[in-house]
Amino acid sequence: MSKTDLLIVGAGPAGMTAAITARRYGIGVLVVDDQTAPGGQIWRSVETQAASERGDILGRTYQDGKATTDAFRASGAHYEPRTQLWQVEPGYRAFVSHDGKARTIEAKAIILATGAQERPAPFPGWTLPGVLTVGAAQVLLKTAGQIPAKPVWVAGCGPLPLLYIVQLLNAGGQIAGYLDTTPAGNHWAALQYLPRALRGAGALLKGLAWKAILRHRRVPVIRHVVELEAHGSDRIESLSYRTADGREETVSADHLLVHEGVVPNVHVPLGLGCAVEWRDQQDCYVPVLDPWGETSKAGIFVAGDGAGIAGAKAAQCRGALAAHRLAVQLGYADEQNMLKDASCVQKSLARELALRPFLDTLFRPRSRIFSPTDDTVICRCEEVTAGEIRAMAQIGGCGPNQIKAFTRAGMGPCQGRQCGYTVTRILAELENCPASEIGFYRVRPPLKPVTLGELATLDQEGEVV
Amino acid sequence: MFRKLHEPAEAVTVYVEGKPVVAEPGENLAAVLLRQEAIWSRPTPVKGSRRAPYCMIGVCFDCLARVDGVASVQTCMMPVRDGMTVEHQQRRRCLPS
Repeated sequence: MSKTDLLIVGAGPAGMTAAITARRYGIGVLVVDDQTAPGGQIWRSVETQAASERGDILGRTYQDGKATTDAFRASGAHYEPRTQLWQVEPGYRAFVSHDGKARTIEAKAIILATGAQERPAPFPGWTLPGVLTVGAAQVLLKTAGQIPAKPVWVAGCGPLPLLYIVQLLNAGGQIAGYLDTTPAGNHWAALQYLPRALRGAGALLKGLAWKAILRHRRVPVIRHVVELEAHGSDRIESLSYRTADGREETVSADHLLVHEGVVPNVHVPLGLGCAVEWRDQQDCYVPVLDPWGETSKAGIFVAGDGAGIAGAKAAQCRGALAAHRLAVQLGYADEQNMLKDASCVQKSLARELALRPFLDTLFRPRSRIFSPTDDTVICRCEEVTAGEIRAMAQIGGCGPNQIKAFTRAGMGPCQGRQCGYTVTRILAELENCPASEIGFYRVRPPLKPVTLGELATLDQEGEVV
Repeated sequence: MFRKLHEPAEAVTVYVEGKPVVAEPGENLAAVLLRQEAIWSRPTPVKGSRRAPYCMIGVCFDCLARVDGVASVQTCMMPVRDGMTVEHQQRRRCLPS
């Protein structure tokens, strides 16, 4: 067992900035992260790649991350990579595993900076080998310097597909086509938020520049794709799509990369019993937080995209704010001085958040992913289809947990990370009620699979489980 | 299939289904699997359908494989090591009759 004032889970923009800020106050900080190096997903491998040719391919926003990883390394925070959190008990006692060994960490406070995952967006064939998320392809470029060997299809909605296509073209890769699934009405709906979003005009200009590159490089773009299907026996061989105006086509495909936005990782706050609320504009649950990021459980904070999707700069602000607040709570600073330091961070955060209503409305995903066809597998682990969920729900009065017990959806190793939202949305549609009334699976420990051998190692440190 | 943009300056050998394969220190096993002709990592326990790395951030569990004899290892979270063995894991465990 080890003890620390502050345990930070995750070493992305939020976790690193929280650690740097907390260390300035002299707070004892332990950071655990499941990756091999700091940076989170946005800055994966930035320490080794920022100055390389790969860094140039990935662009300035990526390379800029090196300044933060450097400051984090120099902060004096104790950092443990490749360490997975799988349970937190009141008190707080965190259970983590590293290299097949488990141990406990006692902390006065915890900042959860576990980020986001790509939104599960089921369609027929999304489980076939050769279908990956756009984020996965980008991780492969960042960490392994590898790209699809043949022209690749990209399908989805949001800034990430555009960014990845630009990066892939920079790297010498080829795009078979971009199936833009952004619904036709989104642009008009988003316009009302544009004046407010102009405070973050830099990000908007970046998006326009990416679109210009796609045009210049003659990337085939098919707009308003409403239906998508991947076909193949042991791997993807072809895909078909249908557009809003009824155009249908089937084309051969070697790889298909998909992306329909990102959602916060809420498993840890849910497992801890922190209050969450449904955020309609982002189609996801977010933890209920005070302005500093403290959850309904005293001493448990959430920072970064786990607090609601807002991007890396906002994540850094939220990480800093949580650390500022904890400096007062843990007795390292008086409130007046802290408020002076925190006020400019609050202003930066407000500027970042001003962009969100515009981006969230512009990139609101198509409705089909929340209401997949009956033959679509929605639980990848247990291979349960949307039709099976609907058939069970017809019995009546089923919540997500009954559906889980009856169908095994959500019982596999991913623990509902890929099917949870889809089950909630299918039930909401059948009950004709908002998703907020349906809730989510009950999340239980361990938060990640743990072997019996790992559990047994707890005994070696004299712990009673 | 994926391809590397560069020739690795250093290389280690990992064995995919017994076949020696070049890997680069620092990359993860899932990246190596995606460079193979047959890109799949495991059959599913329910229907036996093939799966391959999908999310690369440890949240989908489709990249599970038997690594150095240990089943259900998330290959996207596992850095390569020289001499590592990776096998497609079996569908469902059966007791020998």
